[in-house]
Order: sequence, then structure tokens, then C-alpha cells
Amino acid sequence: MSEQTQHHIQLAEESLAKQSTTLNLGPTHPATHGVFQNIMEIDGERVLSTEPTIGYIHRAFEKIAERRPYYQVTPLTDRLNYCSAPINNMGWHMTIEKLLGIKTPKRVDYMRVIIMELARIADHLICNSVVAVDTGALTGFTYVFQWRELIYEIYEEVCGSRLTTNIGRVGGFERNFTQVAWEKINKFMEGFPKVMREFEALLNRNRIFMERCIGAGPISAERALNYSFTGPNLRAAGVDYDVRVAQPYSSYEDFDFKIPVGTTGDVYDRYMVRNDEIWESYKIIEQALAKIAKLEQEDPTQKDVFYAPESDHYHLPPKEDVYTKMEALIFHFKMVMGEIDVLPGEVYHGVEGANGEVGYYLISDGGRTPYRLHFRRPCFIYYQAYPEIVSGGLLSDAIITLSSLNVIAGELDA
Amino acid sequence: MALTNEILKQKLSDKFGEQLTEWDEQYGLLTLRMPAEANLKVIQHLYDAEGFQFLTDLTAVHYPERTGEELCVVYHLHNLVENIRLRLKVYVPVEKPDVYTATKIFSGANWMERETYDNLGINFVGHPNLTRILNVDEMDYFPLRKEYQMEDPTRLDKDDEMFGRGGSI
Repeated sequence: MSEQTQHHIQLAEESLAKQSTTLNLGPTHPATHGVFQNIMEIDGERVLSTEPTIGYIHRAFEKIAERRPYYQVTPLTDRLNYCSAPINNMGWHMTIEKLLGIKTPKRVDYMRVIIMELARIADHLICNSVVAVDTGALTGFTYVFQWRELIYEIYEEVCGSRLTTNIGRVGGFERNFTQVAWEKINKFMEGFPKVMREFEALLNRNRIFMERCIGAGPISAERALNYSFTGPNLRAAGVDYDVRVAQPYSSYEDFDFKIPVGTTGDVYDRYMVRNDEIWESYKIIEQALAKIAKLEQEDPTQKDVFYAPESDHYHLPPKEDVYTKMEALIFHFKMVMGEIDVLPGEVYHGVEGANGEVGYYLISDGGRTPYRLHFRRPCFIYYQAYPEIVSGGLLSDAIITLSSLNVIAGELDA
Repeated sequence: MALTNEILKQKLSDKFGEQLTEWDEQYGLLTLRMPAEANLKVIQHLYDAEGFQFLTDLTAVHYPERTGEELCVVYHLHNLVENIRLRLKVYVPVEKPDVYTATKIFSGANWMERETYDNLGINFVGHPNLTRILNVDEMDYFPLRKEYQMEDPTRLDKDDEMFGRGGSI
């Protein structure tokens, strides 16, 4: 029997001559924290090239949104970046407010800022602690997650749900913050800095962590801009672009905060930028609480302001009114059945999400649903730079680069 | 002097004249329409001379009632130095949806154009890898075009007359 007939394994042509190894990383690999497939060509430990495949959880949100009344689109936005869903929700609400010309009261803006900055802290905590996990330090992860849990409890107190929040309404919030919500926010403000400092002490100047991260997965400012990077990943490369400062929304112009930037755009810079942004967000929440207290002190009636009065036609009435009052019932019915038309127009609104500029490009033809809605998803845009960033580096650096870019599968695929 | 919408409009009209049409300024965002064959000329000029070096977003819209120019490709550019945004539109017929690719100017346009191709079937001429990105490779239609309805059209309980945009779409 010849050697040929003994082995029936069909090898691809040139596969024996090839000097590199093909490695299939993902779609479900414990090291990738999400559904990402990368077909890598590796030479020993070095990555030669990689071919990302995406779309595993594509849910056609842009198509679905064309059949949904505006307030029903909000739950879709939850599922984009599910680590910081409130920012997406409020960005969507602000887009509609821009379309309709609704001006929200200051107290609503500050309440939104509190929730959005809490969401940013929660998102950055996940990203940074997961970078630590991938470099081998699990302790920090378990430690800061208690405080992420408290942030989720605050969401729960404000809107009733935790991960996919559907928080707020067009023009403000569905109800005022309860006393318990304020207490929980204060509890967070009191306890969090100590934990955060301990987390920093564990990692920031940790020799092993630094050796591991510095120089891994870098990107220059020019390339980052050319790839349309936004958010912490762009700032880590040294460009100080932040939508909160460039085009302030929700009264961000009233706040005093810094935009941290890095220099080399590597894993360590991305980690440090997020770390500093957590402190800046903390400062913003502090200021927002003080501003709300001042508003209420000057005018006690401000305590009951939680939505813009002119958004009445788009704001679901409180449930207890729906059960007891005729007008509220009619409004509720009209809104839920989609009888409320929205003005025709074309609007783009960008907000600073935890990962970068989350944009909503909305075309309304005057009906009850968007004619076309496009989400600008920062993850989708910067993940295409991944092959360029990891090529030539080590395989293990490719893993921590993926975690430090904070690619969220939901935002990637929409 | 800071770049404003008026100055930018004046500069662009001087440079390109009648080629740029349908000027609009909804919600403070300068919008213009450019011919499909000159899209790269305009974008390259904006990149080199006016500092629009950041591609915020690229997508397309389907208007089935605009005969001969059914598909509209929309670019959102951003000048980060002057902090001014600009929206550019290109209309192409659905039978021949050819638009030149912007990937040579913006690396980030690569996946955005693939997504636009995937959803609306815009053929980006010169794109290095114009394949489907989110949907399955075997798909033989472009789902975000308006002829594809969301609901099963045979279901009577989901009649558009009662739930939605009155009848056709």
C-alpha cells in the first residue's frame, strides 16, 4: 500500500510549505469577552496578520427602528453598548428633543449628567478591570465590581431595570428620583474614591502590569484619526477630542472637568486615560449634585421638575394618572398606539459614549416612526483598525489590546 | 477667523460652482449635494484645504419615490480644529448605484462602506474588499431598501393601515 492511500486527510494546497500557523481565535473564546472571531496567521508567538469576522449578533436594529414609534426605539439603543446603556438611551432622547426643539430644564440636564457619568464610570470599570484580568490580576476585578453593582442599583431605583435600562423619556425622566436613589448616589460618592484609590494602587505603578501593557498595541494619533477613532482610544493616542466639550449637550458646558490624554496610544495609555476619566466623571457628579442642591435651595418648586413641560405630547404620563384621569389615559393610549406624529426633519446628534462618539442620524418624514435611523457605533468603526494594531506584536498582546479597546459586541454589530 | 457655515458655503461655491446643489442648514448642520462622479474631488478638497480630516459617519438612505436617484449616500465630515461639521450627499440610481470609494482618504471608511453596501447595495467603486460584513454571505438582497417590509405582508392583524405608515411601505 502506498503512502498516498494510507492518509486520507485533505490538506489545503501549500499548507505544508507554509511556514506560519493559522489560528482561529473565537467566535466564542474565553479570552475575547464577546463574540469576536479572528483568523490569525502567526509565526511562533508573533501575529503576522488577522482577519476579523463580525456580525454574529447582528440584529438589524436600523431596519427594526423603521417600524417602531420613537419611544419604542429606546430599548434598541440599550442593546448597543450594554455596559453603559443609559448614555445610549439619553443620546437617543436628546436626538428627538433636538428634532422637536424641546429645551430641557437645568435640573433634568443635571440629573441626566449624573446618570450618564455613573454609566461612564461603570463602563470604564469593566474595561479597566478586564484588562487587569487578562494580564493576570483578578483581584481588582472582583473588588470594583461591588461598586458597579451599586451603580446598577441606582439605575434600578431610577428606572426599574439594571443592564438594559430603557431609562428616561423624551424630555426627561419617567419619574422623579426617589429618596432612596439620592441616598444610593450619596453612598456611592462617599465610598467609591477609597476603592478606586486601592484599585489604582494595585495596578497603576505595578511593575508587572506596566511591563505587560506599555508598548502593547499602540496606534499613532494620525492613524487613529484616519480610522475615525473617538473616545478614550483616540485620547490615548493624544487627540483631545471629546464631544462633551466640542459640542456640549445636556448642559455639560456648566461643568469644570479635564480631558485626559495619552501619548502613545498603547494599552497602558488607554488604561490610564480611562482611569483618569473615572475621576473626572466623579468630579462631574459631585458638581451636578451641588448644582441640583443649589437649584432646589433657590426655588423649592424645582424639586418636582423631572421633565420638560413642552414635551408633554411625547412624554408618557405617570401610571397612576393613567388609571385615574381621562386626559392622561387618552394621551397614554395615543402615544402607545403611535398616533403622535413627529415633525419632518433630518438631524444628527452625537454624544460622548463610554467608547466614543455615539451618533444618531435620524430622518423623519413626519410619521410616527423614523424614516431612516442610523447609529454611529464607535466600536464598529475602530475595530477595523485591529489588524493593523496587532500585526507584528505578540499573540498575548493581541488579547489585551482587544480588551483595552473595549470592543462591545452589541455595539459592533447593532 | 473662525470657519462658519456661511464662509464655508461661499468658499465651496467659489471652488465648485454649480456642481454643488441643494444647500441646506437644518439644525445648524451645513448640508449639500454633490454629483456622484465628483464626490472624491469634493472630499479630497475638503480634506486638504478646509481641514475636514475626520469622517464621522457614512451611510445611505433609500427613497423609492425619487425616480432615477433612489439611493442617497450620506457623509458626515468633521473639522476637529474649527469644530464644524458638514453633511455631504450623493444621489445615485438604484439600477446603477456606483459611488467612488473614500477608503483612499479615510481608512475608517472601509467598514462603513462595507456596511452600507451590505444594507443598501451601494457599489463603492475601487473598494479593496467590498463584501458583506454584518449579514450572511449568502444573502442575495439588500435588506434596508424600502421594498422589504418588516412584517409578514400576509398577516391581516398587522395591517399597516392600523399600525404604521398607512398602506404601502
